[in-house]
Amino acid sequence: MSMNREGRPTRPEAAAGEATATWTGNRALMLEEPLIFEMGEESGTGVDIEDAPRVASRLGGLERNRPIGIPGLSEPQTVRHYTRLSRQNYAIDLGIFPLGSCTMKHNPRLNEKMARLPGFADIHPLQPVDTVQGALELIAELGGWLVKLTGMHSVAMSPKAGAHGELCGLLAIRAALEARGDAREVILVPESAHGTNPATAAFVGYRVESIPADDRGRVDLQVLKARLGPDVAAVMITNPNTCGLFEPDMIAISDAVHAAGGLVYCDGANFNAIVGRVRPGDLGIDAMHINLHKTFSTPHGGGGPGSGPVVFSEALTPFAPLPFVEKQGEHFVLVEEETAGEHHASSFGRMTAFHGQMGMFTRALSYILSHGADGLRQVSGDAVLNANYILRSLEDVLDAPFGASGPCMHEALFSDKGFAEGLSTLDLAKALIDEGFHPMTMYFPLVVHGAMLVEPTETESKAALDQLIGALRSVAERAKAGDESLKAAPIHAPRRRLDETQAARKPVLVWKEPAQAAAAE
Amino acid sequence: MRYLPLAEADRREMLRTIGASSVEELFVDVPEAARLAAKIDGLPDHATELSVDRQLSAMARRNLVAGEVPFFLGCGAYKHHIPSSVDHIIQRGEFLTSYTPYQPEIAQGTLQALFEFQTQVARLYGCDVANASMYDGSTACWEAIGMARRITRRTKALLSGGLHPHYVSVAKTMARFTGDVLDTALPELGAEPDIARLLDAIDAETSCVVVQYPDILGRIADLSELAERAHAAGALLIAVVTEPVALGLIRAPGEMGADIVVGEGQSIGVGLNFGGPYVGLFATRDKYVRQMPGRLAGETVDAEGKRGLVLTLSTREQHIRREKATSNICTNSGLCALAFSVHMTLLGETGLRRLAELNHAKAVRAAERLARVPGVELVSGSFFNEFTLRLSKEARPVVRTLAERGILGGVSLGRLYPGADALANGLVVAVTETSTDEDVEALSGALEEILA
Repeated sequence: MSMNREGRPTRPEAAAGEATATWTGNRALMLEEPLIFEMGEESGTGVDIEDAPRVASRLGGLERNRPIGIPGLSEPQTVRHYTRLSRQNYAIDLGIFPLGSCTMKHNPRLNEKMARLPGFADIHPLQPVDTVQGALELIAELGGWLVKLTGMHSVAMSPKAGAHGELCGLLAIRAALEARGDAREVILVPESAHGTNPATAAFVGYRVESIPADDRGRVDLQVLKARLGPDVAAVMITNPNTCGLFEPDMIAISDAVHAAGGLVYCDGANFNAIVGRVRPGDLGIDAMHINLHKTFSTPHGGGGPGSGPVVFSEALTPFAPLPFVEKQGEHFVLVEEETAGEHHASSFGRMTAFHGQMGMFTRALSYILSHGADGLRQVSGDAVLNANYILRSLEDVLDAPFGASGPCMHEALFSDKGFAEGLSTLDLAKALIDEGFHPMTMYFPLVVHGAMLVEPTETESKAALDQLIGALRSVAERAKAGDESLKAAPIHAPRRRLDETQAARKPVLVWKEPAQAAAAE
Repeated sequence: MRYLPLAEADRREMLRTIGASSVEELFVDVPEAARLAAKIDGLPDHATELSVDRQLSAMARRNLVAGEVPFFLGCGAYKHHIPSSVDHIIQRGEFLTSYTPYQPEIAQGTLQALFEFQTQVARLYGCDVANASMYDGSTACWEAIGMARRITRRTKALLSGGLHPHYVSVAKTMARFTGDVLDTALPELGAEPDIARLLDAIDAETSCVVVQYPDILGRIADLSELAERAHAAGALLIAVVTEPVALGLIRAPGEMGADIVVGEGQSIGVGLNFGGPYVGLFATRDKYVRQMPGRLAGETVDAEGKRGLVLTLSTREQHIRREKATSNICTNSGLCALAFSVHMTLLGETGLRRLAELNHAKAVRAAERLARVPGVELVSGSFFNEFTLRLSKEARPVVRTLAERGILGGVSLGRLYPGADALANGLVVAVTETSTDEDVEALSGALEEILA
């Protein structure tokens, strides 16, 4: 093959003619990439492994007797495969990622460096505790920050993600109620809650009842009070709530629940709005999970790993899960099943094999130390400022159902009211993709028709917000004007709209050889 | 503050647009009594990157690093060499800083990686389908027990004594609240796992039999008869694999009749990390897929007919089904699943087999060497890269003494089963490709002195 040494310019008119199709299916930097199963061979490999010494096998006669069917690629092929895949993803590193309730803020790279220090990354969870004093100290220090920032009494560090934290909180609540001989059956959940809330409550064996929102997007205090009674174990409440609003009656809600003998669980997904300014402990909360992958900047990684420590009130502390770290003098100890009998007899038990998401703890502490008490207060201030700036800059083109009731917290909620017949929130969201943005959260919370929940976070500049506002104004105006071309969006993304119905009706969840796949039809 | 782009002038201008005089005014809905007037007392202020690096590095130095000493710990977390390109790939911002792929048009990278991961896991386990990951092996194991309850509508789960005791603890925690009845036992310090006990205990009320392969003491047993007996009684067989590298060399549980295979994926692509984050693997038969927990990537086409991937069967999941969901899981372990998949792609079948052969050979040689130490007896009849020794002394203090000499010599059964006297002299030793002959000599020599 010969190189073009002349650097011949491509004439625009010629390029336009050729734009329809390429031999490869690629479009310049937009590269199609086959599956590893379509490109690799089972004989291929990208690692060099020393020859095994000859020994008499001790496998009990269970040697594998058929191939696995996993192809291998050399290192250059592997790096190229995943690099090509990566370019089909949107990411915070590429632009604003305004998913409401998900807190997609910048992930500092110092955190990544710290988590990879061998002293944290290359230690085994079952090493003798004398050999992991620094790791236990880190867990204790992060736990201490979380307790102080929330004004609570204690913290359980082992939950693996937010929903696992919810489970932790509800298990403690149930254990506490059983301990006082008052097993109750019902958990009240506002209808605006995340889906994990009712799912968790049901998983723990509770019946879930929904509490409606009032016309200001808040929990209806009177309805809640009327429903409280001896069968209500707890209320699960998100504050700030999923409409992006603070629950102004929160203290009254907690008082009413406590007076009726119940407990208050708070979904801390939206803690980023209030960190450093409001302590949930001052609001009468008994348990709250904190998504380290939201408020404390650990990366979302395309769907985890997360981390969901849970802070507890004094009433729930005795029921917290194992294991946990305690400081005795200058020494850090790990309280596990063995020592729990003496110190922690009421614990509801273990939730996961080891001590929690150490890699996330390191990142979160790195972030917290970087910001400090003053910086964290600035974080919530800027997060709320950015959201209100978006709310007020768009409310003339997009319906803001609760805009008139005052400022929002860290996210701005809009509805599809005023869109032309036949055009929906989905169409606007997909058009935003063509504008180079990840869409906001759509159709959530369920209490608003065609909801669009925009959470900019504090790590966006004013210039970035102005870009997003400009794009949103443009697509909103098109939606109101009935621009049918929105229904075709996105047209510039690596894929057009995908057929989700077909995916669910005839699930193809693993790759099969074409012949095998055809035979299965 | 280096992570906050707004300048004071920006803030003033934005407040003007909003029509507020200060940021404090935006917190008007917070009850006065709960509004802090200033930063929280008693906590330090912001710090430079250099300062944070120093503080955390000082903590890191107070830990004994596995890679710097003779190291033989396993029991659910294993030290393997991870190719350099794995960490490079998972640190690409497009993977690291993206979200769960809810907008598939701009998330094909994550979705394709998950689809490839699902296929790799299903094939490794000998199953039809796998999900896009769980938190870790222990929670995957619990979720499998719950899934068996939903499928069989029975609540009695029969757990092998060879199942990791922390996995048993997690199951017990959950069972207390869900009404499942668990039949458990301690392992016996013998050559074989408790297959006979399990065969005897299966009855018409059993929802599932849960057996670890290789088990907590490293032993390997054929699961075929257990599968047949469970199926004849209308129960499911759940196999738990904490060391996936083993499956490069020994038969996959799915091939032996397991209905659900779950496990820990940490060995492939993910470091020790003091216990997390790890990656739970979960696979099953086609016919049970709608009872499966967790996310699933599936194939479809886009509006132009091009192949593409989406998250699918989400009517099982919490964000659609709420209190009727198969699990409350939302965020899983995406980036660790990617690390697993990249490492597995580099290995390929050939590399995985060679890696497994190397692990086994090194473990056999180490076991033979250690068994020659006076006061040491090899317990496990068969094993892959992990075996159990019976020492002439209680193992837990021996492990501490070894650590003082700079040797991380294994996991004592006293640590895993506090109070179980019959197990107190047991030491579980894992030997992977990272262990050298010198390491084995160091451990053998130290044991000779300590046990003398």
